[in-house]
Amino acid sequence: MTPTLHVDPLVPETMPVTSAPPVDQPSTAPGEWVAGQDSPEERIYRHPLPVRIGHWLNVVCLFILIMSGLQIFNAHPALYWGDRSDRDRTLLSIRAVKSDEGQVNGITTILGHPFDTTGVLGYSSNSARAFPAWATVPSAKWLAMGRQWHLFFAWLFVINGLLFAAYAFISRHFTEDLLPTGRDLKTIPQAVKDHLRLCHPKGDEAKRYNVLQKLAYIGVLFGLAPLIVLTGLTMSPTIDTAFPWLLTIFGGRQAARTIHFIACFSFVGFIIIHVAQVMLTGFFNNIRSMVTGYFVVRHEGVK
Amino acid sequence: MKHEQAMERRGFLKATVGAASLVALAGCDKLTQSSWFPSILHKAEGLTERAQRAVTPASAMAKEYEEGDISNVFPANGNTDPGTEEYAVMVKNDFADWQVLIDGLVTTPTMFSLGAIKEMPARTQITRHDCVEGWSAIGKWTGVPLGDLLRKVEPLPTAKYAVFYCADIDDEGLSYYESMAVADCFHPQTILAYELNDKTLDISHGAPLRLRFERQLGYKQAKYVERIELVESLADIGGGKGGYWEDQGYEWYAGI
Repeated sequence: MTPTLHVDPLVPETMPVTSAPPVDQPSTAPGEWVAGQDSPEERIYRHPLPVRIGHWLNVVCLFILIMSGLQIFNAHPALYWGDRSDRDRTLLSIRAVKSDEGQVNGITTILGHPFDTTGVLGYSSNSARAFPAWATVPSAKWLAMGRQWHLFFAWLFVINGLLFAAYAFISRHFTEDLLPTGRDLKTIPQAVKDHLRLCHPKGDEAKRYNVLQKLAYIGVLFGLAPLIVLTGLTMSPTIDTAFPWLLTIFGGRQAARTIHFIACFSFVGFIIIHVAQVMLTGFFNNIRSMVTGYFVVRHEGVK
Repeated sequence: MKHEQAMERRGFLKATVGAASLVALAGCDKLTQSSWFPSILHKAEGLTERAQRAVTPASAMAKEYEEGDISNVFPANGNTDPGTEEYAVMVKNDFADWQVLIDGLVTTPTMFSLGAIKEMPARTQITRHDCVEGWSAIGKWTGVPLGDLLRKVEPLPTAKYAVFYCADIDDEGLSYYESMAVADCFHPQTILAYELNDKTLDISHGAPLRLRFERQLGYKQAKYVERIELVESLADIGGGKGGYWEDQGYEWYAGI
């Protein structure tokens, strides 16, 4: 099985990927064949500048937002449904519990089922805290500073997201690259099979996003991102005054907090899969395409 | 062979990503400790205040709930007993001698007795209290609209903030105080409350008088209020940031 381009036996060991001419030299215009290779390469301009800037700002924002969010969560490490936080009706709680022998354990209770999570959740590094120091910004318990980080980068995330959305629609990035076509949708079963076997599109098929990629990106950009922003805003008493319907659609302030938390971990899941896919489909080629815009596609069996 | 190399490379990449996030984390802590970075983060507060005030009509009312929504337990946070001798005397006397002075940039500085305040027309509201920590509780508050009190003392046009001085002192001897924009004082739901859930306010919840400033977070709801001063600037009061928690890094504009 050849899951990555790097282990493709047709690829010379010298990594021709990195020997491609610099961007500012038009000797290899986008879409042109690179001559003299056993496995011909095509260099395409994949990610325009606004997409690249937006992407890396999102990397920074999400890193900070997730970890400062966990810092804020640590100030009251429990989740509820509805408007109130009745302490006897938690959906999830993370606590440090001292046994009769004086030993402290981290106990995570999900829907009434307790789990011992000592060392990670509830109690870690001799400290009673829900999420451990390595997962929060700042690392020490510091709600006020966690909020400052969170609210600053929340603004950046929202402004970046709105600019990206405007760009995506005006430039037709949305309709041309992201929106799945009817034909795309029919390939879903095959795409799922291919993904499970870690077989990734090659050649011309690798020039565009596959259907699962499109669905994932659209879901995150136009589903998950607005959801996490709106549930975040629903936790604001002033915003609830201006837009009381937010409380209605999310089921109350504490419900919004719970959805915000679930959306956060949906982002974490997306990031893990996204980074894994980036590694599996040619880490350096992918990273370079998101930095310089240029992506190399290899065509097998063509001379 | 190729496969082994690929595995090696993958291990290297994983280690790189792991190390990069640790470096980034350490970097965040460094920035937090720096002298300049927190002041940049702090700029978000001004943007939040302007944006929220722009989308929230001054007359918009915080959601009011039904009797059935009231929390069984309304947590008492922060200081739950001022613990001073003066306050103990007041408690003994059932707060009969409690007075609130409203002074500063007003035409007629006035001392209001608790009795006089309770005789004024009252407002009752069932509202949600959102703590900065993340929890929420719903309670039924009864008190006098702050605007009614301020209209009696006639604020001067220069008055920008109302500063609430409280009877509670923390373990290190710092007095609790809070402040809000004078304009917000005239919102109909901004009240000086003396009842919670149809009972006289108890000590842990701020007896005999506490501020209810709906639409903002719990730490703005000053307890044990004994003086309200109208001022033009907050710079010379306490730590200069407008409140006990604000002086410790929390936002003065606590709309979110």
